[in-house]
Amino acid sequence: MALTETRPMQARAWIRRQSRWSVYEVLFWLAALLPFYFMPTYLTLASQVAIAALFALSVDLILGYAGIITLGHAMFFGLGAYCAGLITKAGWGEPLTGLLIAGAFAALVGWIMSFIIVRVRHLALLMITLGLGLLTAELANSMRWLTGGTDGLQGVDVWPIFGRYDFDLWGYTAYAYALVVLFLGVLLARRLVNSSFGLSLRGVRENLNRMPAIGSPYRRHLQTIYTISAGMAGVAGALLTQTTETVSLDTLSFQRSADVVVMLILGGTGRLYGGILGAIIFMVARDQLSDMNPQYWYFWIGILLVVVVLAMPGGILGGLARLVGKRGA
Amino acid sequence: MVGQVAVILFDGFAFGMLLFVLSVGLSVTLGLMNFTNLAHCAFGMLGGYVTVVLIRSMGVPFLWTLPAAFLAAAVVAVVLERSIFRLLYRAGELNQVLATIGIVFVAAASAAYIFGTGQLPIQLPAFLRGSFEYGGQRFGLYRAFLSAVAVCVAALLVLGLEHTRFGARVRAAVDNQRVAQGLGIDVDKVFAVTFALGCGLAGLGGALAIEIVGLDPSFGFHYLVYVLIVVAVGGLGSIGGSFIAAALLGIADVAGKYLVPGLGSFLIYLILVAVLFVRPQGLFGRR
Repeated sequence: MALTETRPMQARAWIRRQSRWSVYEVLFWLAALLPFYFMPTYLTLASQVAIAALFALSVDLILGYAGIITLGHAMFFGLGAYCAGLITKAGWGEPLTGLLIAGAFAALVGWIMSFIIVRVRHLALLMITLGLGLLTAELANSMRWLTGGTDGLQGVDVWPIFGRYDFDLWGYTAYAYALVVLFLGVLLARRLVNSSFGLSLRGVRENLNRMPAIGSPYRRHLQTIYTISAGMAGVAGALLTQTTETVSLDTLSFQRSADVVVMLILGGTGRLYGGILGAIIFMVARDQLSDMNPQYWYFWIGILLVVVVLAMPGGILGGLARLVGKRGA
Repeated sequence: MVGQVAVILFDGFAFGMLLFVLSVGLSVTLGLMNFTNLAHCAFGMLGGYVTVVLIRSMGVPFLWTLPAAFLAAAVVAVVLERSIFRLLYRAGELNQVLATIGIVFVAAASAAYIFGTGQLPIQLPAFLRGSFEYGGQRFGLYRAFLSAVAVCVAALLVLGLEHTRFGARVRAAVDNQRVAQGLGIDVDKVFAVTFALGCGLAGLGGALAIEIVGLDPSFGFHYLVYVLIVVAVGGLGSIGGSFIAAALLGIADVAGKYLVPGLGSFLIYLILVAVLFVRPQGLFGRR
């Protein structure tokens, strides 16, 4: 799909062609409605999956598209979660504004961090993302008066959405709410990656040194996408707080940062739906295998990681796309 | 007050030396091949378990288990390097990170399955137990032993790198892999040997660590962070840098935990981020 000529009209037509909705996408979103009718007992799990998917999508934006490897993105997830929880404790339990405020707060922190992130690469980048993540977790742990420490944040009270739809025990509202937010997140991400801005991010991923040479301010682009991604992760964290009405330190843990990258790799990076598919498989498998000791469950995750990296570089979606491509050719 | 400072420095240095033995191999292999091996501490854990098994079920003396831990980790490293890791050298950073984290997951789960999730303590020989007194303060004998071993390892490494033919090859390959290859150095083989030596040292570190920090299946993750800090702050491929970074980190960690226990590891992470922000290549790194 290489551009042979670069007349502006052709480029625009190419971008438009890329951003067209495919049949698979429409089918996917229709399938996402199925749990309401066929698996009502799993709606709580489904809402957790949607939240994990949104988080994975936020990581995909920086890791899959811009090539920023992160081992500490749970930092923004946790910040969003705590922010949403603290707002309700301060007496404002309206969910939609809470979500926006939490997202904005995470984005603000992300924007500040982005000045550090764009300066470093390779091992230093890994270490800085890891270090910032651990730093935030330690900070939340030691600020017991604010976060409740290891006991978690208690007494989160969220008002009904639009004053009508209360968060019920079965998770109807939770799943509908999380699914709508996920859908909006995907819309935003689609718009971003199928734009000239998205293309320049891919350029940074493929070759950092050439981007300045063609006049692309790559640092500013990286900062922008990192801020957006942090905000999206914060919204995902806030969703978790609002649907479960509790916040624990675990939202900031390294484990969560690692899990989300595993989901993304499993599904396929740089494909928008890779993280979502990975989140579905990871969360459902973990739910089904929950009787198993978590330590043994990680044995299979480990094997899976090695196999995916060695045998399926594009993840599951990458493998599927190759299959479909072969059949089509 | 002076006595307290001396104890903190002594304990911190010993902890730092433990980190040095655990991390120096990773520093060299990262500098050599740019291979981000997050499974490095899993080899340390392997060495630790080898020591525990040898002492507990076969009654081998502690000192003899140390070379065994080194050898076991080195042999497993060679096998894994030839089978899995070599496929990853050109695979990009992200894939290396993920595959090696996968190996840590597998190692931790296997250790939990075989040895259980609890801590496995060992009984040290009599001459390493207890403490000695100097200037009114008591210092642990084992920590002195540990520091001595680590300093010997550092001296051997520096001598080996500076004064042997193999060391010259390693240095050439670290400085410029392509030119080294052009000069007829078999970089692939140099790397395999270095990798085995580095992982063997991690195994030795794991065996030495049991008495200081304990051994359980989460070892591969828990100390990975410390080891990565040493490597990143010390600079890739620099033995002196790793030594100084490890000593500083050990002292800072112990001092922090003695003096402001409420902060936990907060200080360490803050220093890490600050150092890498100012010098992304590490304190002593050249690239």
